[in-house]
Amino acid sequence: MDQSTILMDPTAELSPAVRERLPRLDDLQGKTVGLLDISKARGDVFLDRLSELFKEKGVTVNRYRKPTFSRIAPAKLKQKIVSECDAVIEGLAD
Amino acid sequence: MKSMPQDGLVVVCKKDCETCVMTQDVYHEIGQGNLPVTIYSQDDPHFPDENVIYDQDLEVSFNLDIEVVPTLIRFENGVETDRTFSWDRAEWERVSAVNGLGLGLIDSKPGCGALNVMPGTLERLQVKYGDTGITARQIEIPPLQDDIEACYDRGWTDGLPVVPPTPERVLRMLNGTHRSPSEELGLVPPNRVSVTVQKVAINAVMAGCLPEYMPVVLAAVEAALLDEFCMHGLLATTWFSGPVVIVNGPITKKIGMNSEGNALGQGNRANATIGRALQLIIRNVGGGKPGGVDRACLGNPGKYTFCFAEREHDSPWPSLAQERGIPNEKSAVTLFAGDGVQGIMDQRSRDPESLAKSFAMSLLTIAHAKARMVSDAILVVSPEHSRLFGEANWGKNKLKEAIQSFTMTPGEEVVRGAQGVTEGMPEQFKNATLPKFKPDGLHIVRAGGNAGLFSAVIGGWVASGPIGSTAVTVEIKE
Repeated sequence: MDQSTILMDPTAELSPAVRERLPRLDDLQGKTVGLLDISKARGDVFLDRLSELFKEKGVTVNRYRKPTFSRIAPAKLKQKIVSECDAVIEGLAD
Repeated sequence: MKSMPQDGLVVVCKKDCETCVMTQDVYHEIGQGNLPVTIYSQDDPHFPDENVIYDQDLEVSFNLDIEVVPTLIRFENGVETDRTFSWDRAEWERVSAVNGLGLGLIDSKPGCGALNVMPGTLERLQVKYGDTGITARQIEIPPLQDDIEACYDRGWTDGLPVVPPTPERVLRMLNGTHRSPSEELGLVPPNRVSVTVQKVAINAVMAGCLPEYMPVVLAAVEAALLDEFCMHGLLATTWFSGPVVIVNGPITKKIGMNSEGNALGQGNRANATIGRALQLIIRNVGGGKPGGVDRACLGNPGKYTFCFAEREHDSPWPSLAQERGIPNEKSAVTLFAGDGVQGIMDQRSRDPESLAKSFAMSLLTIAHAKARMVSDAILVVSPEHSRLFGEANWGKNKLKEAIQSFTMTPGEEVVRGAQGVTEGMPEQFKNATLPKFKPDGLHIVRAGGNAGLFSAVIGGWVASGPIGSTAVTVEIKE
C-alpha cells in the first residue's frame, strides 16, 4: 500500500471529491457538548474556560480524557462520547 | 506510442516461450535483408541478446496489439504493412523478404500467448495507455488508507462493504456490454441526474457484479427510470417497498441466476448483486439515501437487494415476461414495487380450487386485511404447488381470476369502522362488492426448490397504479 489507489467516482459528481464533513450543529440549544482532553499540558485550562462559557449559555457539558495524547482514543471512550454528546471539542495541542 | 522504425522489421518475443527460444537466431538472419531489425523482449532484458529493447511496461506490445509471440511486423514509410506470428518459415520469409531462414528448424511451430494480453494485464494497459472512454471523476485514495473504508467514508455503500471501483475493474465491467460508456440512460431520482453506462458499471463493480451481468443491470436501470414505475415516489415513501427485480429468459441460465431452492434468499452472486447494483445507483447517482429522500418508516431487507429469476424450464405456464409481451427467446427484467416475503403454507390441498382459495385468503392480508384494490402483489408459486395447477390445466390467468373471485368481499365488511376497526375502505364502497386487487394488480411468478408445499406473497406499495407505481418490463439487450 505504498501507492495511492485510484477509484472511479460512482456518484453524480455534484459534491467535492474530498470526503465531506459530518453535518455541523445549527445551534447549541438543548444540546450536549463533550470536551475531550487528550492529556496534553494545559489542555484542562483551555477546556475549563470553554466549559464555563458553554454553561453560561445553558449548554450541557460532559468532560472526557484520553489516557495519553500519543495514541488514538480507545474505542470505548469514542463510543461513550458518541452515545452521550451531540458534538465534541478536542483540545489538540499544548 | 514509442517510435517505430520508418522502414524496418520489428520482432516481439519473450524468453518464457519455447518457440521464441527456438527461433532466436532467425531474428538476426532477417537482418541480412535491407531492413533494420528491432527486437523487443517482453520478459527478459538479456533475451535473446544484449541488443534487445526490454518492453518491461509492455507499452510497445500493447500499442502493437501483440497477441502471440514471436510476432514479426514489417514497417514501410512508418506504417505497418505486414505481420506474422508464431514460427512458419514461409511466412517469416515473406514478411522479411529474406530467404533461407532457420534452415535447421522444423517448418512451423505455434507461438505462446503474449504477456500484454494475460488476464488482468490487458485492462491495466488499457487504463494506462489506451482510450477507455471512461470519463468519470477519479478519486485518489492516499497510501495506507484502506480502500473499502474509503468507500464507506464517502457514503457510497448501503452498509455492506463494496468492491472498490478501480479503473481496471470498471473497464472489465464495461466489457460486459456493447454500449458506449457515455451513453445516457435517463434521469435518476431523486436528484434527477443523468446516468451513463459507465456510472452503471462503476456501481455494478461496487455491488459485486460480473461483467456478464451488465445487460441485466442496464435493463433494470432503464426499467426503474420509466415514468410509470415511479422510482422517485417509491424511494420517498414511508411505506416498506423497494424495487423487486424479476429476470426472465435465456440470460438467467447464461449468468447462473437462481430460480430454484432459496431463490428469494441469499447465496447466488447474480441474484444478490444485480438487485444491489440498482439500489447503489439510486443511492449514489440519484442521491437517494435513507434519512434523506428515502423516508421509509421501517423499510425491508429487500432494499439491499431483491432480485430473482423465474423457474421457467419445467413450468406449466408462460413466464412473466412472455405474459407481458416479450418473445420466447428474449430475456427481460420486470420491476415491481414490492415489500418483503410472506409465506403461504398449504400442504393439504389436492385440487386447484382449494389451493387457489388458500392463496386468496393469504393474499387478503396485504397492507391490511380490510384493504381492497390498494396494493398490487406478486404471488410466487412453488413447483409443488404449480404442479397441481398444471395437471388441472389451470393457466396463470385462470388462477388469477379464481383468486380475484375468492377475494370478493361485501363492502360493508371492510369499510372504515366495520368489524370494530377504524381503518378500512372509504364509506362510499359500503354497498359494493370488492376484489382484493385492481385489474392487472396480481402477478404470478414460478420459483423455488423441488420440495416444499409453500408459496410466497410479495405485497406491493400501497400507492399502486397511476397514483404510484405500475410494474414495468424491459427487454434485455444482449
